[in-house]
Amino acid sequence: MSDQFLFATEVFINGLMAGVLYALVALGFVLIYKASGIFNYAQGVMALFAAMTLVGIMQGQVPFSHIINAIFGTEVHHFGWHVPALMAILLTVGVMVIFAWLVQRIVMRHLVGQEPIILFMATIGLAYFLEGFSDLMWGSEIKTLDVGLPQGGSFWIEDMTAGLGSDNFYGFFIDQLDIVATVVAVLLVAGLVLFSQYTKQGRAMRAVADDHQAALSVGISLNFIWILVWSVAGFVALVAGIMWGTKSGVQFSLSLIALKALPVLMLGGFTSIPGAIVGGLIIGVGEKLFEFAIGPMVGGATENWFAYVLALLFLVFRPQGLFGEKIIERV
Amino acid sequence: MFYREAGDFKVSYQEDSQTFPIKFDRVRYYVVLAVAFGLIPFLINDYWANAILLPFLIYSIAAIGLNILVGYAGQVSLGTGGFMAVGAYACYKLMTTFPEVSMFIHVILAGGITGLVCVLFGLPSLRIKGFYLAVATLAAQFFLVWLFNRVPWFYNYSASGQINAPERDVFGIIITGPNAPSWATYLFCLIFLTLCAIVARNLTRGTQGRSWMAIRDMDIAAEIIGVNPLRAKLTAFAVSGFFIGVSGALFFAIYLGAVEVGEAFGITKSFLVLFMVIIGGLGSIFGSFAGAAFLVLLPVVLKVVGVDVLGWPTDIVAHFQLVIVGALIVFFLIVEPHGLAQLWRVAKEKLRLWPFPH
Repeated sequence: MSDQFLFATEVFINGLMAGVLYALVALGFVLIYKASGIFNYAQGVMALFAAMTLVGIMQGQVPFSHIINAIFGTEVHHFGWHVPALMAILLTVGVMVIFAWLVQRIVMRHLVGQEPIILFMATIGLAYFLEGFSDLMWGSEIKTLDVGLPQGGSFWIEDMTAGLGSDNFYGFFIDQLDIVATVVAVLLVAGLVLFSQYTKQGRAMRAVADDHQAALSVGISLNFIWILVWSVAGFVALVAGIMWGTKSGVQFSLSLIALKALPVLMLGGFTSIPGAIVGGLIIGVGEKLFEFAIGPMVGGATENWFAYVLALLFLVFRPQGLFGEKIIERV
Repeated sequence: MFYREAGDFKVSYQEDSQTFPIKFDRVRYYVVLAVAFGLIPFLINDYWANAILLPFLIYSIAAIGLNILVGYAGQVSLGTGGFMAVGAYACYKLMTTFPEVSMFIHVILAGGITGLVCVLFGLPSLRIKGFYLAVATLAAQFFLVWLFNRVPWFYNYSASGQINAPERDVFGIIITGPNAPSWATYLFCLIFLTLCAIVARNLTRGTQGRSWMAIRDMDIAAEIIGVNPLRAKLTAFAVSGFFIGVSGALFFAIYLGAVEVGEAFGITKSFLVLFMVIIGGLGSIFGSFAGAAFLVLLPVVLKVVGVDVLGWPTDIVAHFQLVIVGALIVFFLIVEPHGLAQLWRVAKEKLRLWPFPH
C-alpha cells in the first residue's frame, strides 16, 4: 500500500474520532429539541459549565472566591480537600439537575407557546448568563481536567500498523482518549435508547416529543418531562465536557464547540439521534480529509468553515437533513 | 389631547400618505433631527463620540438592516458579522485603490458590494427555512471571516494582517484616521443613519415591505396570492446586506480605524446585532434604534458603576456584564417578547386616549 493512501486512512480514522466528539455535543441538542421544540444554543456553555464545576469540586475550590475576595478583601481560594473523580462526577450531575430545574422554573415555563425564534434567543441569553456565571463561580483561567482517562497515542495500534507501508511510515497515530470517547459515546447512546424505550419516564419523554397536547391529556406532566430532558441534556453536556476538557483543557473555547455541533445537526436532521451520530462522523471525516487534501493549497485552517459550507450545500438538496422528519407544509 | 389624528385635516393626497400621520410625531421627528444635526455637533467631545454616539449610530444602521431581514422578511440570519466584514474590506479596498474619490461614494459602493454577497448567501433561503436557514447563514459568517484572514489581497499584503483606514476627507474635512475631529465623524455617520432610516421606513410601508411581511407571515399563502418569493426574499437579503455593509464600512473606517477581522467581525458581533433587533422589537424601525441604544449604553453604564463607583477589578465586572446582559435578554423575552418598540406602541395608545383611561 502506498504511503499516501495510509496517511489518508489515518486522517480518516482520526476524523471519525473527532466526529464522535461532535456527535456527543449534538446529542444534547437533539434531546431538548425533540422534547420541547427548543433549539438550545446554551448546550456548549452547559458543557463548559459542567466541566468547570467538575474541576472546581475535584480541587475543592471555593465558589465565587474572586467576588468574595474583591468585596471583603479576604484571600480564600481553596477548601483544602480533594474529591475523588467519581464522587465529583456524581456531585456535578446533581448540580446539572438543579440547573435544569432552575432553567425550567425561571425561564422556560414562562416562554411556553412563544415562537421558536424567541425560544432560541432566550437560550442565547441563557448561554451568555451561564458563561459569565461560571467564570464568576470558578474563575476564568484555563484549568486542566484529569479524571483518570488515558491520554496520548496508542503504542499498540502504532506498532501493529507500522509494517503496512514503506520504511518511513511509522504506523497510525490514534489518541487513546479518542478511543475512550468512542466507547463512551456508544455506551451513552445505547443507554439513552434503552432509557427511552424501556422505562416509564422514557416513554413519557417520547410521548411529549410526539405531541405535547396528547401527552398532557393522558396525564403526563410536561413540567416534569422538561426538567428531565434538561437534566439528561446536562448529563450529556457533562460527558462531552469531560472528553473535550481532558483533550484541550477547560477554557472558554469549549463553549464554541456548540457551534460546530450545529452543522452536524443540520446534516443529520434536528430530530434524529442516529442522525446526530452519522452527521458527526461525516463532518469529522469530511473536514479532516478536506484539510488534508485541499487545505495546504488555500492557506489552511479550512476546518473553521468547511463543516458549515458542507451542511449548507447539503441542505439545498435535502432541506430536512439526512434523517429529519419530512417537512410538510400546508396553507 | 395632543396626540391624535382628530382635527389634523389632510387636504392633499401627499399629506395623506406622509410618513408620520400624527402631528405630534412629525414635530418630535423634526425636533430630534434638529438636535442631532444642529446641537450635538457643537457639544460633542472625543469620549462621548467614541464611547456612545458613534457605536450607537453605526449599530443602528446594522440593526435596521438586520431588522429588515429578520423582522420584516422573517429570514433569520446569524451572518451579520461576516457581512459587516464584507462592507469593511470592500471600503478598505476602494479607499486604497481610489484615494481621490469621496468617502460617501466608497461607503455606498461598499454597501452595494455587501448587498451582492448577501444575495449570494441568501440563495439557499429559497429551499431552507427557519433554524436550518439560521445555521446555514453561519456558513457565511465563518467562511467570510476565514477568507479575509487567509487571502492577502484583501488586506493589501500588510504584514500584520490588519487593515488600517488611511486618512481621507470629505469636502476638505478629514473624517478618517486619528486626526479626524469628532464632530465630523459624528455628522458623517449621522447622515448615513438618517438616509438609511428614511429609506427603510418608506420601503417597509410600501409594496416591497408588504410583500416581505407576507412572506414572513406565511410564505406559501403569500405565493398563492401572487407575491414572488424569489424576488421578495432576495430583495430582503439585498437591502439588508446594503445597510449592514454600510454599517460595516463605517464601523471600520470611521469608528475603529484599524481592524483585525476575527476580533471585530466575529460571531459575537452577529449575536450582538441580533440581540439589538430582538430587544428593540422585530419589525420596527424605532425598535432598531432603541435596541442599539440599549445595548451600547448597557456596558458603558455597567463599567462606570462597577469599576469607577464600586472599584471592582475589571475582569469581574466583565463577567458580571455577561451575566447581566444574558439575564436581561431572558427577562425581556419573558416580559415583553415584542421588544422595546411594543412599550412605545402601548404608550402611544395611552396617549391617544389621554386624559381618559379607556
